[in-house]
Formats: sequence, structure tokens, C-alpha cells
Amino acid sequence: MSTAVANPPPPAGAPLTKKVLTADHPTWCPGCGDFAVLASFYRVLEKLQYPHEKIVTFAGIGCSSRFPYFVNTHGGHFIHGRALPFAAGISLGGEDLHVFVFGGDGDGFSIGGNHLTHTARKNVRITYVIMDNSVYGLTKKQTSPTSPLGFKSKTDPWGALDQPINPMRTLLNCGATFVARSHATQVNHMTEMMLRAARHDGFSVVEILSECVEFFEGAFDAAVPRKGGSWVLIDERKNDGSPEDATRHDVTDEVAAFQLAGQAWPGKFGVFYENKTRRTKNAIEAELIAKTREKTKGATDLALLQATFAKLR
Amino acid sequence: MVSPNSPETPGGVSASAAPRSIKDVVIRLAGNSQDGIQAIGGFLARLAGRSDQDVMTYMTIPSTISGGPSIFQVRMGTGDILSAGDRADMLVAFYQHSYDAHIGSLRPGGVLLYDADHVKPAEGDHRFTNVACPITTGTIEAVGGTAKDKGKNIYVLGLIARIFDLEVPKLTQLIRERFGGKNEDIVRNALLGFDAGYAWPQNNLRDLFYRFEAIDRAAAASGRTQVTLDGNSAIAYGFLAAGVRHGAGYPITPWSSIMETLRTELPKYGGVFVQCEDEIASISTALGFSYTGNVAITGSAGPGLSLKMEALSWATMAEMPLVVVNVQRGGPSTGMPTNVEQSDLMQAIYGSHGDTPRVVLAPKNVEDCFYLAIEAVRIARAYSTPVLLLTDQALSSRIEAFDEPDLKALMVPPGPDRTERPANFKPYPLDRQTRHAPAGTRIASGKYPVVTGLEHDEFGHPTGNPKLHAQMNAKRRDKIKALASTLPAPELGGDISGEALIVTWGSNYGPAREALQRIRAAGVPAGHLHIRHVHPLPPGLEDILGRYRKVVVAELNDEGVYGFGQFATLLRARYALPSIVSTCKTDGLTFKVSELVAGVARHLGNATLEGLVSQARPSPLAAR
Repeated sequence: MSTAVANPPPPAGAPLTKKVLTADHPTWCPGCGDFAVLASFYRVLEKLQYPHEKIVTFAGIGCSSRFPYFVNTHGGHFIHGRALPFAAGISLGGEDLHVFVFGGDGDGFSIGGNHLTHTARKNVRITYVIMDNSVYGLTKKQTSPTSPLGFKSKTDPWGALDQPINPMRTLLNCGATFVARSHATQVNHMTEMMLRAARHDGFSVVEILSECVEFFEGAFDAAVPRKGGSWVLIDERKNDGSPEDATRHDVTDEVAAFQLAGQAWPGKFGVFYENKTRRTKNAIEAELIAKTREKTKGATDLALLQATFAKLR
Repeated sequence: MVSPNSPETPGGVSASAAPRSIKDVVIRLAGNSQDGIQAIGGFLARLAGRSDQDVMTYMTIPSTISGGPSIFQVRMGTGDILSAGDRADMLVAFYQHSYDAHIGSLRPGGVLLYDADHVKPAEGDHRFTNVACPITTGTIEAVGGTAKDKGKNIYVLGLIARIFDLEVPKLTQLIRERFGGKNEDIVRNALLGFDAGYAWPQNNLRDLFYRFEAIDRAAAASGRTQVTLDGNSAIAYGFLAAGVRHGAGYPITPWSSIMETLRTELPKYGGVFVQCEDEIASISTALGFSYTGNVAITGSAGPGLSLKMEALSWATMAEMPLVVVNVQRGGPSTGMPTNVEQSDLMQAIYGSHGDTPRVVLAPKNVEDCFYLAIEAVRIARAYSTPVLLLTDQALSSRIEAFDEPDLKALMVPPGPDRTERPANFKPYPLDRQTRHAPAGTRIASGKYPVVTGLEHDEFGHPTGNPKLHAQMNAKRRDKIKALASTLPAPELGGDISGEALIVTWGSNYGPAREALQRIRAAGVPAGHLHIRHVHPLPPGLEDILGRYRKVVVAELNDEGVYGFGQFATLLRARYALPSIVSTCKTDGLTFKVSELVAGVARHLGNATLEGLVSQARPSPLAAR
């Protein structure tokens, strides 16, 4: 309708900046860890400089799942727990797209647990950021699948009784080909983890401990030095030939990754596992198409369907 | 004509009686699922397709894992075959249990052809012409002992070919095509079995020889080549023609064969079909495909459709194009998974939370499965809406012959429209139809849209504004109303006014058309209205419904707490006509013509019609 645009859009190919990428003002509570995740994500996109229209930010339901409204990219807000299969459709339907999914621990490990398992095992090219606050925040303090035993919630006023999920172990077990862990108070580390996840060719997951100041204050203090906790990074193998290198964590070693995942709370942060050899679902389907079309010698769609009907005569 | 396939076939001797002319015949084959009786049905159906004859089949398969009783019924003949036939003119019984379970389906005067090696018919039952044929030993003698009783189906095909004077060269060609990919021994054995079966009647039957009436080509045939396939295949190929290159699904009877076909076909077309971890993931993945501008399909049967409902509501809210196939089966719950029912209509139209106006189409026969699949995709694209294609178990496996589609005219090019959108682009404009910019599309304003399940403003931003919610509800409703205004008038058969109007939807079309013929032949002025666009309804129905004393809605679901089937309930709510009544049943089988006539007779209180139903109509095969 109106031709006058207040802020002229950046020309095609102009660098993506935080200013360009900022959309609605976040609706999160003041002090929420998710603000820092959002800030890190802007930095990740600034570094990646993908074509603006090729970025997709997607989410399910939950506080953290409001994310797509705050990022000016193609995006969507789906139903609770089902963002991953939707994102699989985006990834397999648009090969040139860069698909980022954001969600919480309820979305990922509870209602969407089955989808996490199967999207990981199929190794669909998606980057998934789980903002884990160990509580249902949007519905105001019920026990979540990562709530520690004894956490007092509205559904467990006597303290959580059920064994929580170990996210790292779960992700490794599902077959995710990039598994990392970070903390919302560590912006540089988060950015680095998300950046590596985005560059990974396959299903990459970063779990970020992101405190809910409203309903689970201090949940992750054990990993915050200024609150008396210990922030310990995984010492990754450098392959520099030095004798001490042998004692470092080999990210391609699945058993070592499981061992790291089994460490006592708050555990270590960084890349637990990275598998660059397993093929993606995207590549497998592309190869299936290529091989099939080789057999049909590039026949047109019309010729193919006509041939099918000819056999039904 | 005698088979040229083996020299030992007695040749040239004509049967003692000249073949009698018949218009059509219903043959029921009853055996076990591993006997390959579906293959006989398939051969006969395809032969009919290649002979300008009409054909319709009906199959029950056991819901057990393997084995168990199975039947295949085929009706073939000249002229329009509308239903698979109420009762059989010929029963081929492979086993005693086949005989016991199905002898009641044979019309008086019909032919009971049974395997003398396995079946002992009731003594003193003179209602039928009994033919004892050693099917098992005949097959073993022809094919050799190692084959055990494999191949009985082809032997029986030979029997039928001789009795009904079928075109042997075409049948042998079909056998060669069917087994041709395997080794030559298999083809040879199959042809030996066929020839042995074909030879048997010559010396053993005196006058059970028939021939179909010559077809009036000018009147009956379109001149187009016929193709023979089942409803699920027709849907899958319809999607391919419609430019669908993406889909996702989870296995469930009777939907699975659609996903199997698409999974194997789509890579040839550069497409992807994903087998997902569950029903919810399937619809979610399909919506993800649609979001990239590749309108996608998913599907299921009743229980799976229930699981998809939350995401289906999202599709309405986010205005995402999508086609969902629901192959209805007996419910509730796991119900009768290999039987037909039409009890998912309300679920298809209303089965979601919130106000979710959407489109529901129901094919009337196998041919319509193909064309409505194309239409479903067209509507989904044009109105950016979910569309349900409501088919059923009977259509899914039924084989019919129909004119080969003009694919050149029908093919729709696939692919997303990624042309740059102008600066004033809005995903949800209040004054226009939503046209999403697929992910990957540049937006000139640099402001990228969010597709969302939250109530939203025109740009896709969440809003709690009550006025906007009402406006957006109206937007989502009005586009469905706009579609309704474009729909063609439904097909009205028979008298344009009168005593009774039979109203049907879905696979009841054929039996209802036949019932109409019988009712009118009895002197009762009546019409038949068949509705393919079940939601939204096409315009102009008020005028039609009002012209009959009774509007009898026949559907395969329960009459419910208030005494009306699901579609009848909707029609009553929509048109407020007390003349709308119901004829319902849920025995897991399609309507017999006689059941529909009886339903109409009951509502009209018409004794003549009721008498018509109770009359046993002798088989045209009856001995003279």
C-alpha cells in the first residue's frame, strides 16, 4: 500500500548485522538466561553471513520457543514438541536453507522426546539449540524432565520424585552427530558452540543451561564461578603430537563422550561428541534421487507417469 | 477358442451347447490369503480393462498377520458396472470353510464351482448348479508335484476363461507380463496351469458356457484406452500428476500402500517421501515441506488422523497448504482395521480444537480417487489451506477400469515460487488471500515473516487483540466460503423431483446409482444426489433437497444418539429439512444395492418397493 519505507532495507548482499536481524522485543522476564542466548545467536549469524533469506529460525512451544519472533529471518512457531519433524521437512524440502531450531527442555526431552530420537538417528541437517531451564516456565513452575530430584514445583510440592533425564547421554544415545553443552552466562562459549554446531554437516545439538529467574532461580549456579560454582571446560584433543594430548578428550570418541556425560553435576562444558563421517539424511536422499534418475535416464515427469499408466493398461 | 500355449490341450471341439449370452457376472473367489486369489481378480480386472468391458472388484483381506480366509469378488460385464454386486453368480470355493462361509452369498441358480479335493457341499441342496472340479490335483498334475498346490489360482483363471469365453491371448499376455520378470520356468508353469484349467470344462461341463454381450462401442466406449488400478494407487498417481513431490507418513492399514507407492515413485521425480517415527511427525514433516513452498501430502487411517489433529489445527491457523489422506476403516479405536466404514466424517470436518474451517473431499470411485487427489492439491495451493481427502478401505483395494487420464493436460509443474516479494508483503493480509513466501524467498522490505499457531496480526506477530482474533477467524472462514461458491453442482441422477432422493458421499456412489435404477424401474419417482465436496458443500443444494418427499442419506456409519448418520446430521443442521432421514449400517461391508432399496422403501412406507427387496433374483447363469 504505502511506498514510503521508514527504514530502507539493506541492499541484497549487504552484511547481516544485529540491527538487521533484530525483530520483536523479547517477551521474556527480566533476567532470563534466554536473552543471552539470543544475543549470542545474533553474533553467530553475523559471523556466518548466510544470505538473509536462506536462514530459517523455528521453534515449538515454551518460553524459549518464542525465539523466532525475535529474530528477523524466515521462521515459524509450531506446536509443542514437534518443531524437529517440521524442521526436517524444511531441511529436506529446501536444500539451500540453514535451519535453526530453538526450544526448551520440555519441548525437547519430554513431549518431543520421540522426535529428538529419530531426527538425531536420521542425521537431518539441522542445528538445534535446547535452552534448558529445568522447569516448565511458560506454565508457571511444574516439574520438567530435567528438574533435579527434590526440586519443589507446583506438581511436586514435596520435591521432584522422578529421575531426571541426562541430556548429554540422551543426545549421544539418539545418535546426534554433534553434541555440545554450554551455559547462558558464558556468551563467548555459547557463540563458539553454536557456531561450530551450525558449521557441522548433520544434526547438531547444543544444550544451553539457561536459568529461569522466576521459577528456578539459581538452578545452574554450580557452574557459575561468581556464585561459587566451577566452570570447567572440556579439554579437547589438539592432535599436536604432544604427550599430554593423549589425556585430552577426543570428540570423535563416543565412549569418552558417554564418560563425560556421566560426570557429577555440574559436569563439564564444550563439545562432547562430533561425528563427521556419518552421512546426513539430506545426502542419502539426494543420492537415492540421483541413482534412481540415472536408471530412468532423466525422463520427464510426464514421460514417467505416462509409462506408469501404460503398464496399467 | 483354445489356448495355443500347449499342444496337449484338446483343441477345436466345440462344447455341446453354444455359449449363452449374459450382460454381467459376479464371481466370488473364496480361499486363503496365500492362495493368490487376489491375483485372479487382478487378472480378470485387467483383462476387462483391455476388452472395453467394465469391471469392479471387492476384496476382503484378513487383519491377521499371514494366512486366514480371504475373498475376492469381481463383477465384470458390458455397460457400466457401478457396484461389485450384492450376491455372487458364481462361487469358487477352495476349501470347506470357504464353502461354509460363502455359500449364502450365491444367488439361486448360480454356479458353485468347488475344489473336489477339499470341499463336500451339503447334500440335497439343489439351489445351485454344482460343479466339482479337482482344482488341487489338476494343478499338481499340470505343474508338477514340487509346486505343491501353488498355482491353483492360475488353474482357476483358466477354468473361468473357458466358462466365460474370455480372450485367451490377452490373458496369456497378462500372465507373461505378471511373471515375466521372474525366470522362464515360472512363466511356463503358470501357462501350464492356465491351460490345464482352460481344458477341463471342455470334457466335463455340458452347457455351462457363457459369453458377454457384444459391447455397443459407439454408446459405451469413449474410445480411450482403459487402465486398471486400485483406489490407493489412483490417489498416489493423482498426487504425482498434481505436482506433489514431497510427503511424509507412518504405516497404518489401509493407508500404507499410498506411502509405499510414493516412497518408491517420488525419487524418480526428484522428490522425497519420509517415513516418520509417528503420525504427528508425519504431518509435521509434511507441513515443513509445504513451508518451503513444496505443497506436501500426508495421510493415515482414522486413529492416525486423530493423532494429527493438533498439527492440522496449526495448518488452519498458519494457513499452510497441505493434503491429508484419510483411508477410513471401522472404528472407534483399532476397530475393524480391514473393513470399510465412513465414520470419520465429523472428525475430518470438525475434529480439532478451536474453529478450524478446512476442506474435505470424498472420491466416489477409483477413477475419482485420481482426479480428486489432483483437485485436493489445487485447492490446498489456491486457498493456502489443509484439505482432507476422505477415502475408505473399500476404495483403497478395489480395482476398477477407467479411461486412461490425459496426463499431458493434467500435469502440474512442481516447485516453490521463490520470486522476490515486494516491500508491502504481509503473510496474513486481512483483505487478501494468504500467499506465503516460502523459506528461501527474498522479501524486498528486509522484514521476514513468521508462520505461527498463535493468533497473529497481518505480519504474523502474536496478538491478543480480540478484534483481530475475530477478524482472522472470519478470514479463515471466508476463504472456505469463497471456495464453496466456486464448486460445481453435484451429480443428480434420476428424476429431478419425486418421492425419494438418495443422498450419498464417498464410495456409496455405485450401489446407490444401481439402487436408483431398481427403484425407478418399480415405478417410484426418485433421484440420487452424490456429493464429492462434502465440506464445504456446493451451492444450490436447498433447491434440490426440497423437491423430494424424503431425502434418504445413506452412509456407512452409526445412526448415533439422535438417529441420524454423520452426513445426515450435517445436512439437517445446514438445511433444516425434516424430510432428511438416514439409512446407516456398520457391518464393515459396502452397501448392497438391496440394502439401499430397502432403506428407501422403509422411509417411504412403500410396500411395492419392500416386496422388490424380498424377491430373490435368480442368477443369469441359472440353467434353462
